[in-house]
Amino acid sequence: MTQYASQTTADGAVHLTIDTPMTIYTAQKIKEQLMAGLQAASVLVLDLSLVDEMDTAGFQLLVMAKRECQRLGRTLRIVAHNRVVRDVIDFYNMDSFFGDPMVIPAGN
Amino acid sequence: MDELCSVFAQEAREQLAALEDGLLRMEQGDKDADTLNAIFRAAHTIKGASGVVEIHHIEKFTHILENLLDKLRNGEISLSSDIITALLQGCDHIGALLDRVDQGHMDEDESLQQAGESTAETLRGFTNAPEEIALERDAMMPEASVDTVERTGGDTAINDCWHVSIRFGRDVLKGGMEPLAFLRYLLNLGEIVHLETLCDAIPPADAMDPESCYLGFEITLRSHASKEQIENVFKFCRDDCDLYILPPNSKVADFLRLIEALPEETMRLGEILVKSGALTQEELDGGLKTQSDSKVGADGTAPAPQLGDILVQQSTIQPELVEAAAAKQKVVSEKKAAESNLIRVHADKLDQLIDLVGELVIAGASANLLAQKSGQGTLVEATSVLSRLVENIRDSALQLRMVQIGETFNKFNRVVRDVSKELGKDIDLIISGAETELDKSVVEKIGDPLMHLVRNALDHGIEPAEVRAANGKPVKGRVELNAFHDSGSIVIEVVDDGGGLKADKIQAKAIEKGIIQPGQTLSEQEIVNLIFEAGFSTMEKVSNLSGRGVGMDVVRRNIQALRGQVDVKTEVGVGSRFVIRLPLTLAIIDGFLTSVGDYSYVIPLDSVVECLELRDDATRGHMLNLRGEVLPFIRLREFFDVEGAPPTRENVVVISAAGRKAGIVVDQLLGEFQTVIKPLGSLFKHLRGIGGSTILGSGEVALILDVQALTQLASQTEERRHPIAHAAPALEAH
Repeated sequence: MTQYASQTTADGAVHLTIDTPMTIYTAQKIKEQLMAGLQAASVLVLDLSLVDEMDTAGFQLLVMAKRECQRLGRTLRIVAHNRVVRDVIDFYNMDSFFGDPMVIPAGN
Repeated sequence: MDELCSVFAQEAREQLAALEDGLLRMEQGDKDADTLNAIFRAAHTIKGASGVVEIHHIEKFTHILENLLDKLRNGEISLSSDIITALLQGCDHIGALLDRVDQGHMDEDESLQQAGESTAETLRGFTNAPEEIALERDAMMPEASVDTVERTGGDTAINDCWHVSIRFGRDVLKGGMEPLAFLRYLLNLGEIVHLETLCDAIPPADAMDPESCYLGFEITLRSHASKEQIENVFKFCRDDCDLYILPPNSKVADFLRLIEALPEETMRLGEILVKSGALTQEELDGGLKTQSDSKVGADGTAPAPQLGDILVQQSTIQPELVEAAAAKQKVVSEKKAAESNLIRVHADKLDQLIDLVGELVIAGASANLLAQKSGQGTLVEATSVLSRLVENIRDSALQLRMVQIGETFNKFNRVVRDVSKELGKDIDLIISGAETELDKSVVEKIGDPLMHLVRNALDHGIEPAEVRAANGKPVKGRVELNAFHDSGSIVIEVVDDGGGLKADKIQAKAIEKGIIQPGQTLSEQEIVNLIFEAGFSTMEKVSNLSGRGVGMDVVRRNIQALRGQVDVKTEVGVGSRFVIRLPLTLAIIDGFLTSVGDYSYVIPLDSVVECLELRDDATRGHMLNLRGEVLPFIRLREFFDVEGAPPTRENVVVISAAGRKAGIVVDQLLGEFQTVIKPLGSLFKHLRGIGGSTILGSGEVALILDVQALTQLASQTEERRHPIAHAAPALEAH
């Protein structure tokens, strides 16, 4: 049931779209996916627009991915936060840690 | 008295001065928390130091003072004029106690003890804290000092929040609990002012178990909830996590304990606490300093660089915070550096050095002369290098003795305050030029005359409030103390905006006292100057302020003893201005050597404006046309009755002093010359126009001209000659 769409774009960045909840139940799998993505390219672009649920475990994974990228000298860009993701990152006051521009959808 | 005590007394006095200064500033409306903190620290330092040297009565007394200050700082009582008066009295008492220490007594005598008791009673009255007299013995410990000094800081508004620290256990997530839910529930209790997520515990990706929880949080919560209520939020995971809850207004020490208890690096946590507003930077710095003091590491690395590093690494801190912290560190280290660069030297040693330098200057001049006579180029060169070095040494040596006049001036803040209270007048003291430097010996001796002038201005100068109001002046009187450099001398002014001196009253009084004869014609300035004559006092009523038997004549004598002069300029209804002019130094000056006949005269170089040839067609009487300006001049040949005919070409040295210019006619100009002033004996005290003597390289004696006296003389001679034409401009010239 879990689908991870991964594609490599022309500039060598790996785009990873996560379209499942990021929770304790999926954490193990998402981690594997993230690690694979991290190893594959110097720039990892995470599309989280389809993440419909996120808990602390999912949040931890994002932190881990970001830190790993920093350690390896790679770039992690999170794009297309949806409201669920944004709320968690906001609440944890970690916007500046990720440093990604958060797109605020219209009508919000 | 042993050395330790003398150092203690000296340093305590410095702290006391700071204390007093701060109090006065607060009275003038300085509401800055830093000022109060500085005052508190000064008191605390005195207390601590007196404990160290085991002078317990000072320690005890200062403790009472400190208690009151602490209450003020915590906002438990508000500042009033009465409190300041009491605190100032306390300062005075400490000063008196220190005097006794200076005399070598380690105990207080009976009268001091009684005075101390009553002052302490007054202080305690404000404190409203009945029995706090028991001394905190551990107050000398740096830890405790931080506790008391830094407890509240300036900002209680930020501190009215709970501080919650929580580190979730590894298995929280697996247990089906969601930290986010707990934390969100906190919102039901109040407002989360700040939340900081600590991810430091997340291991590297490979080792990370995605189902374990590694997070910790520092939360600032503004809430009316009780501790229990907050604890209950985390009830389900209580056993599985580390939870610390600090109530609002917790002591810094508690935060420090918290920092110790938590797993993260100290500096990192400290920064987070500051960022979340739980602590101020100052409190944190103070607290951590104590910690680092208590475990003076073998490597001796200061916490400062680490702090900066961490901030940069984490890049989570606002740049201004980093800057603020860095600036603070810098100030501290600079201050420390400045302190360690100071050496206390006995003044006598300095005097001896200056004497020797003086002799060196003379010897150098003589060597120079001999070298020139010998005509050996290399020798001349060597001696000229030598004399340049001597000149440098002279300047540096004199610089050693230079002190700022500010300290002397600041004493008057207190005087003005006390006196104006006593007289029921409202008077402001305005100080400018406090950084002006002058010779230490001059500073010491100018204190008394200044004190007298200031008291006079307060007592006689400034009119009572009703009179001021009636005359349409601001009710608040104003006394100014100014200092500045002017052509090689220092000028100190005591200015008041009072009633001014009334010439007719002075004249009447002078006639009554027999100082002048009735019918004697005097210019207005001369009449005003009569107040400097012996036995003169304009005030009918002898108040306890000025009726001290010290008149203006003593003031003038004291100032003249310093080779200075005092002048008064006054305008009825507007105010008076006493101008004291003092030489910068008493020992050595740069001179300009001239000769008349066989005699040499030295003019202080600072007062020389220009030199020109005297042309007969440009003169009339004793006036000279200097590019359209009228310049009175004096022929030294006439003035000192030098024998012999003047040469065909005479020279004029234009000098300026006290804002007046005059010409001095001499035969020959011989050039610059470093001069060591040898004072004239008392036999020559009454000679006018001569300030001292010096010895030339050839061994001959040269006289040093008193430029101020000469310019005055030159213009007075002219005034006398043309009384009507010159009386008015002479006054305007001021």
